[in-house]
Amino acid sequence: MNWNWSHVDDFMPLFWDGVQLTLKALFFGTLIAFSLGLVWAIAQRSERKWIRWPVTAVTEFIRSTPLLVQLFFLFYVVPQWGPSMSPLTTGIVGLGLHYSTYTSEVYRAGIEGVPAGQWEAATAVSLSRRRTWTAVILPQAVRRVIPALGNYVIIMLKESPQMAAIGALDMLGQAQGYSQATFTYEAISVVGVAFIVIAYPASVLLRVLERRLVR
Amino acid sequence: MSADSSTSQEIANPAVDGSELIRFDKVVKRYGSNTVLDELDFSVASGKHVTLIGPSGSGKTTILRLLMTLVKPDEGTIGVGDRYLTHEERGGRLVPAGEKHVREVRKNIGMVFQQFNLFPNMKVLRNVTEAPVSVLGLSKDEAEARARELLDLVGLGDRCDAYPSQLSGGQQQRVAIARALAMRPQVLLLDEVTSALDPELVAGVLDVLRDIAHTTDITMLCVTHEMSFARDISDQVLMFDAGRVIESGPPEQIFTEPEHERTREFLGAVL
Repeated sequence: MNWNWSHVDDFMPLFWDGVQLTLKALFFGTLIAFSLGLVWAIAQRSERKWIRWPVTAVTEFIRSTPLLVQLFFLFYVVPQWGPSMSPLTTGIVGLGLHYSTYTSEVYRAGIEGVPAGQWEAATAVSLSRRRTWTAVILPQAVRRVIPALGNYVIIMLKESPQMAAIGALDMLGQAQGYSQATFTYEAISVVGVAFIVIAYPASVLLRVLERRLVR
Repeated sequence: MSADSSTSQEIANPAVDGSELIRFDKVVKRYGSNTVLDELDFSVASGKHVTLIGPSGSGKTTILRLLMTLVKPDEGTIGVGDRYLTHEERGGRLVPAGEKHVREVRKNIGMVFQQFNLFPNMKVLRNVTEAPVSVLGLSKDEAEARARELLDLVGLGDRCDAYPSQLSGGQQQRVAIARALAMRPQVLLLDEVTSALDPELVAGVLDVLRDIAHTTDITMLCVTHEMSFARDISDQVLMFDAGRVIESGPPEQIFTEPEHERTREFLGAVL
């Protein structure tokens, strides 16, 4: 099997479509995963059982079922009685929701790592509950868990091709289509390299952040 | 005795003779099967400096933590000023206090902890201004002016822009004192504030507290093992044992001619 550059050229337009979709999914998926995960983590520390309990149940459920099943469910089942979304939007929501249940565990560990004395000091100066969270607890908790959160960005990048199952063709999805139609391997190879090109700088960035933030 | 059996006079005026700022009435606190405070009654008059002494596990720190609302009593009432910390009046009846009521009463109380507990994510100045701005609603300028005054008072006026981790333990504890005072509390609780410090840093912190004790009319409730400090600043010393006050009096009396055998034993061990 000889490497044929003309297949690379042919694949390029599809490749750029795929890269765009991958980056969009990654960016917005991360946004959802990071913010929703924080909501879950705080809700699970609520004093009210009727908040704590359902959130725990739902996040456990999402975490222990495959992303692929959730994508199918969001794309084919939810529209029957709820909103119908484009493949890309569905993919972003699915990816973000799925990984929010992992990031919530990361946040939880960070929050539990803040010493009890910090809560007590906040009480002693009468800070409101909201202010205690936003000014005292979260800045300390989040700083500690940024490296762990960053790992999930890389995991999400590598899991984003699952969106192809509902028709949102990321770069790997595009390559698969091209390769199967032409019986060639150049497109898949290009995409393999593209994953490294995106993931490696991201992990370097993470290590820099880790050094700067975790003291 | 539960709160429900309190009489109506008590509801109207917890401070019976008008001068008692803090009043514990039959307060019980248990941790599991261990009763730390057993129907404790005691009161502190406004402006007094009271030191709680006694063996560890005798319930001294629990009293401070109850006042700071870090723990809740199992039974009894705690009065602060003309209100209760633990209860509020609703429709002529005394009911367990809601969060809002607790917050209002608690604003009169400040606390300095053994482990300082400064907010490590904030610079020194912001540690002191955070609560006055977000709780008391002071403007940033007002709060900073007041914070600088207080930091000068504790000898750290030049460290406003440092992070707590850049300070020594003694300096951190002095910032913590400034942070507590910035809320202008009527009562200052001091929980073994020098126990976590290296010996050479203790004096600086005690000097600051002595200064505050002698120049302000703030009420102080102090748990300490520094007997010379207790003798120096206290108007009254309470000797605790097994969740009860077994002896109380002015420091000269407690330290020189204690009446109770347990007090003699305890002082013999720590002095």
